[in-house]
Formats: sequence, C-alpha cells, structure tokens
Amino acid sequence: MGAADQAGELKFRDPARARALAEALAREVAAVGRPVEVMHVCGTHEQAIARFGLRAAFPRDLHVIMGPGCPVCVTDTPEVDEAVALAAAGARVCTYGDMLRLPGASRSLGDVQGEGGKVEVVYSVTQAVEIARARPAEEVVFFASGFETTAVATAAAILGGVPANFSVLSAHKYVPAAMEVVARLEDTKIEGYLAAGHAATITGWEIFVPFARATGSPVVVAGFEPLDVLAALLELVRLVREGRPEVANLYPRCVTREGNRPALEKLWKVFRVVDGDWRGIARVPSGNLELRPEWAAVDARRRFRIDTALVGGAAKNELADRCLCGLIMQARKDPSDCELFGKECRPEVPVGACMVSSEGACRIWHTYGGAPDLRGVGA
Amino acid sequence: MCLGVPGKVLSIGGADGMDATVDFFGVRKVLRLDIVDQPVAPGDYVLNHVGFAIRRIPPEEVQETLALFETVLKEAGAGDLLAADVRGEMAAGRAAPGGPDGRG
Ligand code: SF4
Repeated sequence: MGAADQAGELKFRDPARARALAEALAREVAAVGRPVEVMHVCGTHEQAIARFGLRAAFPRDLHVIMGPGCPVCVTDTPEVDEAVALAAAGARVCTYGDMLRLPGASRSLGDVQGEGGKVEVVYSVTQAVEIARARPAEEVVFFASGFETTAVATAAAILGGVPANFSVLSAHKYVPAAMEVVARLEDTKIEGYLAAGHAATITGWEIFVPFARATGSPVVVAGFEPLDVLAALLELVRLVREGRPEVANLYPRCVTREGNRPALEKLWKVFRVVDGDWRGIARVPSGNLELRPEWAAVDARRRFRIDTALVGGAAKNELADRCLCGLIMQARKDPSDCELFGKECRPEVPVGACMVSSEGACRIWHTYGGAPDLRGVGA
Repeated sequence: MCLGVPGKVLSIGGADGMDATVDFFGVRKVLRLDIVDQPVAPGDYVLNHVGFAIRRIPPEEVQETLALFETVLKEAGAGDLLAADVRGEMAAGRAAPGGPDGRG
C-alpha cells in the first residue's frame, strides 16, 4: 500500500500532465486577451515554481508575482533586536534556522552566536522545550517566527505544558491580514491570488470568501507539487476571465472548508491578533499574533524587560538602504531589479531579509539560477 | 519552514503516545501529533509542518485531487492528457535544478 501511495504522490509531478496543464494555461491566458497579473503569498509556492522550472512553462502574459509570503522576510528589525537583546542579556535563544542571519538594527542572532552568545537553531518548538527541560538553570526563549500554521505548533507546545524557564518571543504573523493590505496597494493590479495550501490546511478555505468578495479578486487554494501549482493557476485565470471573485480549492487532499478545527481552537486559545509592522511592507492591522494576557508567564515580552537600546545600532547601513525587499514583497519590483542582487547581496552575505530565508524571493531566484522569470525575454 | 512534503507514518510512541515516526521519502523524522485533524495510524500519510503533523491525508483524497486535475483540464478543453506534445518550454523547465522529477 505504501508503494502505491507514494506512486500516487509522485503522479503530482508527472511531466505529461504538467505539459497538458501548461498548454491549457497558455490557452486560458490567451483567451483573456491581455496580460494577467496574479500573486501567490507563500514562499513554498515560489520554491516549487523555481525548483521545478515552472516559470518557463508559464505563458508570457501571465505574471505570477511573489507577495509577502515569507515569514522570515517580514519579521521586523525591532523583533530581531528583542531576540538579540535577550541573548545579550544571557538568555538561551532558540529559533528556526533562517532567522539566524536576519539583520537586526546592528546585529543578527548569528552575530551574537559568533560572539559566544547562547543561540541555538531548532527544527521545532518541541526541541526548544526539550532544551529548556535539559537546562533548568537557564532562561530559554523560543524566538517564534512564522505564519498562523507555525503559530499553531507554538500554541500546541505551550498548551502541552512547558517548564518554568521556557518562554516565547512571538514574531508570528497572520497572513489574511497582509493579503488585505497588499490588495489595497495603489499601483498594483493583481487580479487573483493563490493561497498557500499549508495555511489553508489550518484555516480552511472559507476564510478567503469575504476577501474575494471585498476585493473582487478570485482566490485559489493551491498545493506545492508542480501539478498543484499549474492546475491552480489554470483555475485562477479562468475565474479571472469569467470575472468571478470566488474561492476555489484545488488542494482538497489537504484543505477543507472549515480547516483544522482543533488546531484553530489551540491557536486562538494562546494567541490573539494585534496590529504589527511587517518588514518592508507596512503596519498591518491585525497582522501580528501575540500571546494572550493569560499566558503572560510564558510571554518573553511580559516576563523580561527587554532593552533593545543596547543592541540597536544607530550605525547607518548604506547597503541596506539600497535593498528593495519591501518593494519586491509588494509586487512592485523583482529581485533582478536590485543592483545588489548576486553582487554585494548573496546568500552567504545577505543584505536584505529576502536573501536570508530559503523562502525569500531574492534567495530563491539566486539559488535557482538568477532570474527564472521569462517575462522580460523577447517581450 | 513551510515545506509541503507528505510522509508515511511508520510507528507511534512517545511518553504520551503523541510521537509519530514518519518516513519522508527515505528520511525519518519524529513528528508530534498534538494538532493533527484526525487520529493517525501507521501506514497513513501526514503533512508535516515544523515537526508537527497538521493533516492526515486520506488515500482517497490523493485520488480525488488527481481526478480534479483531469476535470480542470477537460473544462479547459485540453482533450486527451497523454496526447500532449512535448514542448520546448517544459523541456527548459526540466533542465532546472532538481527537475520536475527531482525532489530538490
Ligand atoms: S538582492 Fe539583497 S539587497 Fe537586493 S532586494 Fe534582494 S535582499 Fe534586498
């Protein structure tokens, strides 16, 4: 049975089906008769598109733009500074790997680690809790980044019981709130959205219905295999052509209408939405997830007096001033528009957040061959 | 952080019976079962997110998705799936790292 299932999964990469979908997509875009601009809001979609070379299969008149779908990239500088300050004050800071090189005002957590600070990369919040259990004499802070899907894991860990020396510094963000902000940006003309299958696995697809109605733009929930992405784009362009601002679920093997109810209950038991700054984008109303007051004991912000003044550098970073991450996440620029791309700014020496994370647009374009977007070619 | 990789549950254990050992195309990981939407048993497929199973994927639904692709294609008038020509554009796609058959 296992082999059959695995074969079933691999069918989502079947080249013949992919070709057929790509051709159908080309016909659909041609039927619209003008360029169509759509946005996905998930770094994993960009990875799938780049890894499988899908951009080469997109019709030239279909512009698939990467929105604010990288949770690391939108983690704001002051949030990094809080983590850096906690580590500088002697706490053991555990975080996901991509967060290490994310620049703060003057230092990243990686810098602190290099200077001998106690910074540890964990794969899961569970690991951070285990570290706290193993070191009862230390304060262990989990610097938690990620969207609601990831916040659910943090919530589950807290609800499962954590030792007294464990706390959470939340940089969790709530995607639906950011989609609203991006949809209202003046000079973008996005006609439809691909919603991330993972987030929707938790939230369910119904959550996007009010958004689609309010913006007049269809939303298609998509998975991460090549066929998932192609089929979802095909459906999205068809909804755009027919002028139907509806929500379609092209990821039914994982996403239901109402989502993962028990997970959502856990999420909202521990977190609530508050306004928050997204690096490079804007202040997003209801865009951040903070621990509810009842969880003050595990909330690093309430437990410690975090003084970022000591780690916030006034030093002006001349290179960082030239970084276009914000405009890229707002769909106003491409990584290749940045004069630092691949030169001063590379994965080993990232200038901006988009080059730090494996889900960042600049990093993905750099890893998979510069600018895997053919929209400019021959245009 | 947000990988869309499904894995097969090999066994379930741990102090609270909430640790699942899961095989991801040859790589074994232990996932927590705190937030998965349905009871999980060995042999099931689950979706992993940062060390937590977030969804049990019913085998029927894998089939359902494949069927959905067929429907989308038919509605788009693509005709016979297997009769599609090999186009240079997709060939270009295959040359990308990992390729459409690779797992990157
Ligand atoms: S290449 Fe580097 S500096 Fe330029 S926009 Fe991307 S992250 Fe910023």
